[in-house]
Amino acid sequence: MPARTRVTASLLSLLPLLPLLPLLPLLPLAAAGAADGIPGSSPAAFEDVQSHGGGYRVVQWEWTYVQTPYVIAVWLLVASVAKILFHLSQRFTTVVPESCLLILLGLALGGLVLLASERQPYQLEPALFFLFLLPTIVGDAGYFMPARLFFDNLGAILTYAVAGTLWNAFCTGFGLHAAKLMGLIDERVQAGMMDFLLFGALISAVDPVAVLAVFEEVHVNDTLFIIVFGESLLNDAVTVVLYKVYISFVEVGVENVQTADYFKGIASFLVVSVGGTLVGLVFAVLLSFLTRFTKRVRIIEPLFVFLMVYLAYLTAELFSLSSILSMTFCGIGANKYVEANISQKSRTTVKYTMKTLASIAETLIFIFLGISAVDKSKWAWDTGLVACTLVFIFIFRAAGVVAQTWVLNRFRLVPLEKMDQVVMSYGGLRGAVAFALVVLLDDKRVKAKDYFVATTIVVVFFTVMFQGLTIKPLVKWLKVPRSTSRKPTINEEIHERAFDHILTAVEDIAGLQGYHHWRDKWEQFDKNHLSKLLLRKSVYRKSELWEAYQKINIRDAISLIDQGGNVLTSARLSLPSMTSGASFPDAANVTNYLRENGSGVCLDLQVIHNIPGGKVEEDMETHHFLAENLYKPRRRYQSHYSRHFISAGAKERQDREVFQRNMKSRMETVKSGRPKRHKKERNAKKRRGSEDKAGRSGGQRGKDPVGVPLGSDEDEDQGERSDPEKEEDVGITFVAVKAETPKRRPHSVAADAHLPWKGVGVLWPPPCVSLEATKVIPVDLQQAWNQSISSLESVSLPRHEGGRAPRPISYTPPGGPVSPPPEEDEEEDETRPLVPSLKAALKPPPPRVYLRSLVTAPPPPGSEDPCARGPTQL
Amino acid sequence: MGSWLMRPERQQQLELEQRHGQQQQDQSHGQQQQLDQSHLQQQQQEQQQQEQRQRYEELAHKSGFSRKQIKTLHKRFRHLSGNKEMMRREHLDAIPQLSHNPIKKQIIDAFFDKRNQHQGMVGSYEEITLDQFLMVMSHFRPLAHISRGEERQAASKQKLRLLFNMHDKDSDGIITLAEYRKVVEELLCKSGDFGDQVAKAIARAAMLEAADKALDDFYEGITFEMFQLMLKALELESRMHIRF
Repeated sequence: MPARTRVTASLLSLLPLLPLLPLLPLLPLAAAGAADGIPGSSPAAFEDVQSHGGGYRVVQWEWTYVQTPYVIAVWLLVASVAKILFHLSQRFTTVVPESCLLILLGLALGGLVLLASERQPYQLEPALFFLFLLPTIVGDAGYFMPARLFFDNLGAILTYAVAGTLWNAFCTGFGLHAAKLMGLIDERVQAGMMDFLLFGALISAVDPVAVLAVFEEVHVNDTLFIIVFGESLLNDAVTVVLYKVYISFVEVGVENVQTADYFKGIASFLVVSVGGTLVGLVFAVLLSFLTRFTKRVRIIEPLFVFLMVYLAYLTAELFSLSSILSMTFCGIGANKYVEANISQKSRTTVKYTMKTLASIAETLIFIFLGISAVDKSKWAWDTGLVACTLVFIFIFRAAGVVAQTWVLNRFRLVPLEKMDQVVMSYGGLRGAVAFALVVLLDDKRVKAKDYFVATTIVVVFFTVMFQGLTIKPLVKWLKVPRSTSRKPTINEEIHERAFDHILTAVEDIAGLQGYHHWRDKWEQFDKNHLSKLLLRKSVYRKSELWEAYQKINIRDAISLIDQGGNVLTSARLSLPSMTSGASFPDAANVTNYLRENGSGVCLDLQVIHNIPGGKVEEDMETHHFLAENLYKPRRRYQSHYSRHFISAGAKERQDREVFQRNMKSRMETVKSGRPKRHKKERNAKKRRGSEDKAGRSGGQRGKDPVGVPLGSDEDEDQGERSDPEKEEDVGITFVAVKAETPKRRPHSVAADAHLPWKGVGVLWPPPCVSLEATKVIPVDLQQAWNQSISSLESVSLPRHEGGRAPRPISYTPPGGPVSPPPEEDEEEDETRPLVPSLKAALKPPPPRVYLRSLVTAPPPPGSEDPCARGPTQL
Repeated sequence: MGSWLMRPERQQQLELEQRHGQQQQDQSHGQQQQLDQSHLQQQQQEQQQQEQRQRYEELAHKSGFSRKQIKTLHKRFRHLSGNKEMMRREHLDAIPQLSHNPIKKQIIDAFFDKRNQHQGMVGSYEEITLDQFLMVMSHFRPLAHISRGEERQAASKQKLRLLFNMHDKDSDGIITLAEYRKVVEELLCKSGDFGDQVAKAIARAAMLEAADKALDDFYEGITFEMFQLMLKALELESRMHIRF
C-alpha cells in the first residue's frame, strides 16, 4: 500500500510537524476489521523475536497493533485542534460559521490525501455515520431539547416535517424528471422518474446536523429555532420511508409496482414513525425507572443515560424504524425524570460528555464531508442536474414554507411572521444525512449514482457554506427577533407558572377544551402516576424556577459580601435542592467536617451515600433545611474568616491577600455601579474577623481534629480547588457565560465552598452527623434566628456573642485549630481604626440592607425608619 | 365607532342569523310551552330576539369578541349559572376541572372584581351578569394577527392590569409584600411541586428580586409601573390568551 508507506515515512521523519499530522489517518480507518487479527499476532511476533534470540531489540515498531485506535485518536485530535485554531480569532468565527471552516479544512486535507495516494481512502462511511456519529448528535439534541417549547410548537413542527418534506421530495423529484424530459439535464445521466424521485427524497430532508451547526451560531428566537430544528429531527421518518420505498420500487422496476405497494408505503410510514416514537418512549421510561435505583452506584449513573439513549437508537435501527425519532423522544421523555433522579455530579457529567461527543462528532462529520468531496471517482459533474437541483430545492422549500405557514397561521395564536418564513426557507440546510444516504445507493440499480453523489455534495456544500455564511447577515438585516441568553428572573418564572394555571382556569371556565386544558390534564397525570413511578421519593422537582432562584441567591450573596456580610438572606441560600453548583468544594468540606468531629466515618463517597430508608432521608432533609437556616451564616463567616486570617506563615497570608483581592475585583466587575463598596467590604471583613475571634476565644471550639492534620494548607487548597470547578460549571451552562462568570466565582468561594450541607443531594452525611446536629437546633428557632440577624445587622455595634444561640460544636470552621494569638492581636490593631469609618459609611443604612431586614426579620433598633409600614409585618 | 356606522347593513344579516340560532336553541330546549305558543308569545319572542341581538352587538363592541364567540360564551354562562341571568361565586366554584387549580380562588375573584370592568369602580360584585363575565374573558382574547404596536401595548397593559388586580387584594394600587408573598406561596404550594418552606423561601426571593429591580430609595410595595417593568420580558401580549 503506497499510502501507508508514505505516511509511515512521514511519521518517522516529520513527527513533530503538526501540519502533517492529519496525514497520519490516511491509513484506512475502515480497515479496522482487517486489523482485528493483529492484536493477537503482534504479541506472538514479539515473543518470537525474544525466544529465537538474534539479539534483543530495544525498540520495536508495533504499528499494526495500535493502528486502528491510533488513527481514530489522531483524527479526533486533528478535529479538536482544528477547533482551537478556528476559535483563536473571535471576530473571524463570528462571521464564518465553524461548519464552513471545517468543510474547508476537510477539503484541504482531502487534497493532501489525494496528493499522497491515488485514491481516497477516507470517506464518510455511511455505517460509521449512522451508527456512531449521528447518534451522538441526535442524542445530545434530544436529551437537551427544551421540551415545553417543543411540545408547544409540535403542531407546526409536525406539519413542516411531514407535509413539508413530502412536498419537497415529490416536487424536487418530479421537477428534475421534467427537466430531464425537457433536455436540461444531460443524456449521460441515466435516470428515470423513480430515480429522480429517490434522489428528491434524500435531498429534500432538512439535516439536523447542519441546522444545529448553523443555527446555534445565529441565535434566532427560540420558537423559530425549535421549528426548524424540530422539523429536521422529525422528518427522519419521512425520509427513511420514502428512501426505502423508492429503493424497492427501483429494484422491482416501475412497471411492476402495484397499487397496493403505495398503500404499503403509507402504512410503512405510520409504522416507522409511530414505532420509532414508541421505542423511544419505552426506553425513556426504562431509563427513568433505572435511575431511580442508582443511588448506591452514583459513579456509573451517567453511563445508564448514554447506554439507554443509544440503545433506543440501535433498537429502532434494528427494527428499521426511525432511529432519530426514537432517540429524540427517548431523550425528551427521560430528561425530566433522569435529571431529578441522578446526582448533581452525574448531571454535570452527562451534560459535559454529551456536549463533548456531539461537538466532536459534528466536527468529524464536516471534515469528512470535505474530504469525501475530493475524490476523482465522485466527479461525475452535470451542470444541468446540479443547477436544477439547487434551484428546485430552494424554490420548493420556500413555496412549501409559505403555503404551510399560511395554513398554520390560521390556527396559531402567535402567527409566524414573514421574516420567520424567510429564515425558515433559507434555513433549510442539507447535510451529511443526505450524503450518507446517497453514498449508500447501489450503483448497479441506480445508474446515475455518481451524478447524484456529486450533486448531493454540491448541494450540501452550497447550503452549509453559502447559506450558512449568509444567514447571519440575513437575520440581522431582517431584524428577526433574536434569542436572549438571559435567564428568566424568579418573578418571570413564577408568572409563567401562574399563566399556565390562569389560562387553564379560563379555558375551564369558558368550557373550552383547548391546548391548556389538555396540557393540564397531562400534568395531572404526570404528577399522580408517572412521577410516582419514575421519580425517587425524596426528589424535589427541579425546575427553571430553581435556577432563577439560585441565581438571585448568588447575586444576593455577592451583594451581601459587598455590604458587609449581612446574613439575612442566607436562609435562602440553603434550600435542600440547591445542590447544584457545589460539588467538589462540598466534598472537601464534608470531609473536613467529618474529620473535625472525629466521627471516624469512612470518607469513601460511596459509603457516605448509604443511608437506609426513605424516611430517614426525609427527616434529614427537614433537618438540613432547618440547620442551614439557623447556622450557616455563622459557619460562613467563620470559614471566611478562617480562610483569611488563620494562616501561619507570612507567605501564605500574602497568597491569601492576593486571592481575596482577586475576588474583590471580580465582584467589582459585577457591581460596578457601586462606589465605596470596596472599603465597606474590607471593613466588614475586619469586623467579622473580630467578631469571630471573640467567639472563638469564648472557647466554643476546643476540639482537635482527628486524623489528617488540617489547617491553612487545606484551606488554601479549597479556595483554589473551588475556582476551577466553578469555571467548569460555567462552561457547562453554555449560556450567558460572560454575565455569569464573575457572579458565580465569588459565590463559590465565599459562600458555597464552606457549606457542607449544600451537598445534601450529592452527599448524604452519615446518620451520626445528622443526630448530632439535630440536637443543637433550639426550640425557639425564630427567636434565635432573629437575634443572630440583628446582632449581625447592627453593623456598627460589634455585639459579639450578645443574644445569640450557643454555637454548636459541630459547626466549627473547617479551617483547623491553628490560631496564633500574636497574629490575632495584629489583626485587631488593624481593625480598630477602621471602625469609625465603618460607622460613617453605614449611617444611612443602604436600602438594600433595610429591605432585607423588612423581609426576613424585624429591623435592628438602630435603623428604624419612619417610612417603615406594612411590609414590616412580614 | 366604525361598527356603529355599519350597523344598518349588518342588521339584516344579523337578524337572519339570530333567528336561526334562536330557533335552534328553542328546539333543543324542547320546552312544552311551545306546544301552545300563541301569536303573542311569538311576538314576544321576536322582541326578545331583537333585544338579545342588540345586546350581543353591544357586547361584541365592548369586549371585542365576535358574535359567535359571545353566543358560545353565553351558552356556557347559562350552563354555569343554572340558566339564570346572574352568576355567583359558587357557580364557578363548582366547576370540577377547577378543583385542582392552585390559584382557583384568585381567578374566580378576578371575575367578580369591579376593577376588571374598566369603569373606574373598586370593590367586588356579589353577582355578575354576562356583560361582566365577558369583559373579564376579553382579557384573554388573542390579538388580531395584524395589529400594530400601540394595540399590542394596550392589550399587554390590559392583561397586566388584570394580573395586577389579581395580586392586589385590597385595591390600593400597590401590591404589598404580604400580598405578593401570599400569591406566590399559594401558587407554589398548592401546585404541589414544593414544600411549604421552600415556597416561602421562593416567595421571599421573588419579592427581593422585585424590590431589587424597582426601587432606588424607598420601598412600599409593587406599583403597577413596577409590575409592568418586572414582567416586560414575558411579552404578555403574545402569551396570555386562549382560543375561544
